[in-house]
Amino acid sequence: MAGKSALSDVVQKNGREILSAWVQRQQTDLALRNNLLQPGELQQQASDFLTAFGPAIERGGTDSTTGEAWSPVRDLLSTISRSRARQGFTPAETATFVFSLKRILFDALQREVKDSTQLADEMWKASVVLDDLGLYTTETYQKGREEIINRQQQELMELSTPVVQLWAGVLALPLIGTLDSARTQVVMESLLQSIVDTGSSIAIIDITGVPVVDTLVAQHLLKTVAAARLMGADCIISGIRPQIAQTIVHLGVEISDVMTKATLADAFAVALTRVGLAIVRKG
Amino acid sequence: MDITRSEVVAVRAAAEVVNVRHIVRRAAVDLAFSLVEQTKIVTAASELARNMVDYGGGGDLTVELLSDGIRKGVRLIFEDQGPGIPDIQQALRDGFTTGKGLGLGLGGAKRLSNEFQIDSAPGRGTRITIVRWKGSA
Repeated sequence: MAGKSALSDVVQKNGREILSAWVQRQQTDLALRNNLLQPGELQQQASDFLTAFGPAIERGGTDSTTGEAWSPVRDLLSTISRSRARQGFTPAETATFVFSLKRILFDALQREVKDSTQLADEMWKASVVLDDLGLYTTETYQKGREEIINRQQQELMELSTPVVQLWAGVLALPLIGTLDSARTQVVMESLLQSIVDTGSSIAIIDITGVPVVDTLVAQHLLKTVAAARLMGADCIISGIRPQIAQTIVHLGVEISDVMTKATLADAFAVALTRVGLAIVRKG
Repeated sequence: MDITRSEVVAVRAAAEVVNVRHIVRRAAVDLAFSLVEQTKIVTAASELARNMVDYGGGGDLTVELLSDGIRKGVRLIFEDQGPGIPDIQQALRDGFTTGKGLGLGLGGAKRLSNEFQIDSAPGRGTRITIVRWKGSA
């Protein structure tokens, strides 16, 4: 047991020196990135880490850092790496938070432990533990990033499918970007729901913002049109640019059942006529 | 004929088809393809990449920029280790599908390309090569 506690003894006894040497080292390592952190943030994080680190070694040992005793340290590291991910640090810079402690701990051990066999043993333990924790920060950093990406995807999916009412009885759905299946589902549902909610008889699907219309996109469009028709609303597909028109012809997609127009304005004019309205110049 | 640039992209999931379109679009833009030409090769790539994911269990796409005298073009090679196509003529026929699509992708991709070559047999996977030259109708 004596061997086990030497590391934690060193950490707890030399806490203050270790902290200041460690913070200084990190400030040098991150010299150019210091502006990403709030003043005092690094100091606080380092001090919190050391406060949790000493007792964790004592109670949890150094064989594994996944146990109960290590959970305060892991929680702290996961908070730190998530916030680093948001602040724009790279994964390497984030892991450096832990790895930079190695040198400091080794120095402290060298000062405190005189027996060379024990020293080697303690260094090995410190090394294993810090490697483990360093990898853990990288892992949680990655998770933090994935959460950000997921959230953005979710936001994009919802943002990019607004159904707008152009006139009483006339809806428009301006599509933008890639029409993969997940988004098309959202598009279809929101259009059909809006048809019911507004009692519209005509809907314009504008694909000006869709860069590629391949057979899958075409199929999704045709299904949406067919579903709207079942609900008693006609659809016009507008925004068919010359390159899209030529490509659709080559693909051999049959869309002659659907009314199509080159621009949203053309489609709107047709829609107004359908609902019995006309635009008249004043005076 | 020289290959001036070559890159390989792994296509394993449906979400990666978007990436394929971007890479092919970039290659076409680099060769100063017209908008119509860009759209044709990108659409063909989209069809074949999706087929590879849906029916071939994913595969690799090789994008090559070709230079043949003053002619410039893009060659796309789609390779998968999937079950292969038992009857290529049938697969190329419009409206034929073993899945839920329109059955126009393979024939459509052929019509959108200047050169089209398909090499497949049951159990051997599928390799489809298409080329589109700049300035060809």
